[in-house]
Amino acid sequence: MTTRLIYFAWVRERIGASEEDVELPDGIETVADLLRWLKSRGEGYEQALQYPDVIRVAINQEHVDHREKISGAREIALFPPMTGG
Amino acid sequence: MTGAAVPVVRIQAQDFDVAAEIARLTQGRADIGAVVSFSGLCRDDAGSLSALELEHYPGMAEAEIARIAAEAVQRWPLQGLTAIHRHGKIRPGENIVLVVAASAHRQAAFEAANFLMDYLKSRAPFWKKEHRADGSEGGWVEAKEADDEAAGRWKTSE
Repeated sequence: MTTRLIYFAWVRERIGASEEDVELPDGIETVADLLRWLKSRGEGYEQALQYPDVIRVAINQEHVDHREKISGAREIALFPPMTGG
Repeated sequence: MTGAAVPVVRIQAQDFDVAAEIARLTQGRADIGAVVSFSGLCRDDAGSLSALELEHYPGMAEAEIARIAAEAVQRWPLQGLTAIHRHGKIRPGENIVLVVAASAHRQAAFEAANFLMDYLKSRAPFWKKEHRADGSEGGWVEAKEADDEAAGRWKTSE
């Protein structure tokens, strides 16, 4: 299944793309698995995801924590802590 | 009127008119005794900042603020609630965000507006990037722990 990944703020800048469609390999079950896999995909990803604990994640536009299962996710967004308001 | 007020949530690039937004909640009604409005503005940090660039997550920004607003109208007896957040380039002195809460009494209006702002700061998907006045590239504004703590104090013990 194809999953759309969306990146914001410095996560977007370091990865060098605002979104991409990926085929997740077998064994990627949780958000934490996804972050670990992404980090191994190249220098930009490595830089963006150097400290995975600070990365916030939304699945289908709702906040989730890193233990959340990602099966069935159409859209997963990765971003830094928010600074609106 | 029966049931909870339906919040108005808008995400927009253009400015808003604070007085007009307050009037929209109170016009033609006699049951509102208190209106609290909060506006957040862009400041220039002692002249060093020329603008803020606000990036947002379209779709989720609206949805997340709507979720927070829906919780506010459940928790406090409100006659009206409005939340407007701008995105794009905003210069010092310009508006960034507006929250208006209307209620029969002041306490509910104060608390709901405060709650909405605290939650909005730590949960609404917006990110601020600085443009420096000297032309050098500014960085992304860092999230403050104090903002998370401010949101945490509203947690209910469920």
